[in-house]
Amino acid sequence: MKLDLKQHIKEMISAPGLSGYEAPIREIIRAAWQPLADEIRVNNLGSLQAIKRGEGTQPRPSVMIAAHMDAIGLMVTGIDDGFLRFMQVGGVDPRILPGQMVTVHATNSDVARDLPAMVVMPPAALLPKDGKSGPLPQKYLLVDTGLLPDEVKKLVRVGDVISFATEPMELCSDTISGHTLDNRASVAAVTVALEMLSKRKHLWDVMAVATSQEEVGAIGAQADAFAIKPDFAIVIDVTFAKAPGGAGIGNFEMGKVTPLTWGSCNHPALHKAMLETAEEYEINVAKDLAPTGSGTDAWSVQVAEAGIPVVELGIPLRYMHTPVEVVSLKDVRRAGRLMAEFIANLPLDFMKTVIWE
Amino acid sequence: MAKTEVSTKFNPRLGKKELDLLTRLCNAVSVSGDEQEVRAIVLEELRDFADFTKVDAMGNVLVRREGTGKDRVRVMIAAHMDEVGFMIVKDEGDGVFEFRVIGGVDPRQLVGKPVIIGRDHVPGVIGAKAIHLTTPEERKQVLKVDQLRIDVGPGGDSKVKVGDRATFATKLAVLGPSIRSKALDDRLGVFNLIQLVKQAPENVDLLAAFTVQEELGLRGAKTAAYGFDPEIGIAMDSTPANDLPHYDGLPNTSHNTRLGDGPAIYIMDRGTIGDQRLIKWLTESAEAEKIPWQFRQPGMGGTDAGEIHKTRAGVPSVSVSVPQRYLHSAAGLIRIEDELNTLKLIHTALKRLDRSILNRQEKSNGKEK
Amino acid sequence: MAKKNNSLWTILQTLVETPGPSGSEHVIREKIKAEIQGHADEIYTDALGNLIARKGVLKEGGKRIMISAHIDEIGLMVTHVDDNGFARFMPIGGINPMTCLGGRVLFMNGTQGVIGMERLEKDEHPTLMKYFIDTGATSKEDSKIGVGDVCGFERPFLDLGKRLVAKSMDDRVAATIAMEALKEVKPGANELYFVFSVQEEVGLRGAITAAYGVDPELGLAVDVTRTGDTPLGVKMEVALGNGPAIKVRDSSFIADPRVVNWMVAEAKAQKLPYQMEVLEAGGTDGAAMQRTRAGVPAGCLSIPCRYIHSPSEMVDRDDVENSVKLLVGLLGKPVSLG
Repeated sequence: MKLDLKQHIKEMISAPGLSGYEAPIREIIRAAWQPLADEIRVNNLGSLQAIKRGEGTQPRPSVMIAAHMDAIGLMVTGIDDGFLRFMQVGGVDPRILPGQMVTVHATNSDVARDLPAMVVMPPAALLPKDGKSGPLPQKYLLVDTGLLPDEVKKLVRVGDVISFATEPMELCSDTISGHTLDNRASVAAVTVALEMLSKRKHLWDVMAVATSQEEVGAIGAQADAFAIKPDFAIVIDVTFAKAPGGAGIGNFEMGKVTPLTWGSCNHPALHKAMLETAEEYEINVAKDLAPTGSGTDAWSVQVAEAGIPVVELGIPLRYMHTPVEVVSLKDVRRAGRLMAEFIANLPLDFMKTVIWE
Repeated sequence: MAKTEVSTKFNPRLGKKELDLLTRLCNAVSVSGDEQEVRAIVLEELRDFADFTKVDAMGNVLVRREGTGKDRVRVMIAAHMDEVGFMIVKDEGDGVFEFRVIGGVDPRQLVGKPVIIGRDHVPGVIGAKAIHLTTPEERKQVLKVDQLRIDVGPGGDSKVKVGDRATFATKLAVLGPSIRSKALDDRLGVFNLIQLVKQAPENVDLLAAFTVQEELGLRGAKTAAYGFDPEIGIAMDSTPANDLPHYDGLPNTSHNTRLGDGPAIYIMDRGTIGDQRLIKWLTESAEAEKIPWQFRQPGMGGTDAGEIHKTRAGVPSVSVSVPQRYLHSAAGLIRIEDELNTLKLIHTALKRLDRSILNRQEKSNGKEK
Repeated sequence: MAKKNNSLWTILQTLVETPGPSGSEHVIREKIKAEIQGHADEIYTDALGNLIARKGVLKEGGKRIMISAHIDEIGLMVTHVDDNGFARFMPIGGINPMTCLGGRVLFMNGTQGVIGMERLEKDEHPTLMKYFIDTGATSKEDSKIGVGDVCGFERPFLDLGKRLVAKSMDDRVAATIAMEALKEVKPGANELYFVFSVQEEVGLRGAITAAYGVDPELGLAVDVTRTGDTPLGVKMEVALGNGPAIKVRDSSFIADPRVVNWMVAEAKAQKLPYQMEVLEAGGTDGAAMQRTRAGVPAGCLSIPCRYIHSPSEMVDRDDVENSVKLLVGLLGKPVSLG
């Protein structure tokens, strides 16, 4: 069965799965990965681990591919006359919140319900001094479900999570826009890699992991790395594309290049090996400079257990952590292909080459 | 010309057919100055119900629905077809466009929103710099319109051109007892006016004005009222419901209107002091039919009545609005019961309308008290 | 029953009146150890000073559960003593400068003192640098304290009837609840590790090593949480007297939703009052347990407490009793996280 990448991504970014509450997205990824893996399991903190065994002789080395599946969003902190107060889960610029369509995952009644709602700005007259002008601090914003106050009290409880509800949109040149493309786009790249590997011979065991709780401190990946104890890890996450309003150091054109992270989080020998694979297969890559670390799962995987060598690659993305992130499907496919070629070409004694100068 | 029978009972509901019409109206792109999409829906909907239809020089749709009774009052009801939105003003290449806002949109509502552009509804987004790349100082500044861009994706789309209008991409949704949509201001009025034309009481000549450019200063209503030369003017619009809780639990003294309290009858806004005879006519009609209603708190803002009442030798005018939260943002929110009660109130009032109400004030001025 | 409750309040009073800032938990630890002696199958102290009491042995259908209540408190450490005997200090844990002026302190060596402040400029908000401790010493030589000496705030325990006030209710009220649960609970198939953890106020350090050592299958912190029930206070739904709070998240971790639901179900089954808690500022040992080894489902039972990190922290008597009941109920049955 050929993977419909666009549909796969649309389905994933339409599914809820905030940090710590990944169950809905986990089941969607499980359905996609199950046919491509020998074994699937869920770790203690909710990450999904798909094991695809290699053909090498035992003891077989293993590589972990980590792509976080959790989403940023909001959480209910209080109920005030039918309106919900909230705080953020993960990093959200409060300036993007007013007028956003959201879904409240309400759990106070016996049957959990998804309530369509929106983030609203109360009029200045109803706010203290620092709410009179300028961007509204998040503490003053409310969520309106359109329901009557009694109904809201019945359905919603403090601690319920709130997802962004922006619908996926297809933009020009094979790009797609929506919320949570950070990092479901990378999960899709892992699916691409697994699909390619299912038709290829590879010696190494591959542990593909859709990690939990990256957005609140790379917590899931740390537990996965501890449990799996891979010989090395590939971390894939989105990075900053060239975009109106501001881009990162790399200023990567969308649809053109796969950034490879270069900084303290990656093992230089692994970085070099992946560059060589890219060259061999004519895959366009560029250095994504992360002077102090990339703020991804790589940060915690690297220091798990007795230390795990990490190589990191990215998918350029516009407007990170807004509900209108944009990625190019070309970049997703290319990143998947690079990972697959890299893994398929790993010799059993590859780790002998992963050494410090 | 096929006219539908007027039922004696008028009990408006929002069934599938009605909701479908409202959805089409709200999801249309009809920004002030280019109201074509809504105009086409109005003309199509009323083709079989009008005694006279005209698109005037401004683009207003003027529909006359004549009654059959004697000494019918000529009542003009206005609802504006335009909405706030954007215009593409500069093509920066590679799918990135500079834009300006048309109408009063708080720039804080723009960031991070999907939009649709032009007659083809080409999708785009108004992005924002990633939070990771902003400084705490930056996050204290409101992003202004000229710092923002509409992005349709790298490479761009030949269907998007400078001068095109755009709106938020929000689609209408029913949220329990409420409706969430963009452009409820004033597609609800347009929807209600369509329903009124279809089921107009026979005792009046209904002069339905579907106006343009209200958001730019009631410009369509001015010519529409001149053209119709009515005896009474009513603006059906949408007004803010600022009925949110005070952060520190203090009483909310500036709610303007409240959701669920019924149609909002205007006493005074920035442009109009409502005709007291008409206000009384409306409130008495509501009380007689046990329709909930509320006064909109006197204040700023305005409706097409601001132009209608000053037309020619003057037209007694009043405004009635459906209370709405969050006007001029990606989506507003209304209660369905307020919408239906508004329609019911106007219909009821029209049925009770008798030219004599316009004399009542003179009587009370001297002799009766 | 009445006698048991008296002893609960007596223990609480003893614990809150014992000094024990982070890193100086030796006195408080010994008091707790003496009190729980005979109620556990095994009691030991680990390398960082955590007091760990095991009750029960893991059997089929049971779980190894770590319960963590920290026994350290916020305090001050002397950084300099000047020629006139005035001592400058740094904070141990989160000290709010606004609660310092006029405070009384008790050093681990028994020395007492008061906190004074330099003059302020107009509209100046004092930082900790503006304060000093006056132990009554007339000179540096006369001072009974020196660089590195540690003190806690000193306030007597106040019984206000339904409400109780003391310094270090954070987290001695939780330690008291854990001790009471340890005494009452019948572990069944569960293997319970009651950890009286150290150095929580400086970054959950005790719980980090205790969690690695215990290697639990489920982690439950017991700690205090803030309330939003005071005039024009912070916005928070938790209120004193509305029952134990079940943590959904704080700024250190997101509680495992399965653990949250487990706790809610038990509170409902016992018909105990309870409230859901989202704490926007503050961390707990739950985070340390969640992140240990290959990850552990973790949650936190919180006791609503007003004026946290001031010398007058207030809790509600019923909340304390209901917390004991909830904890005993949770730990005495097989746990299914679904």
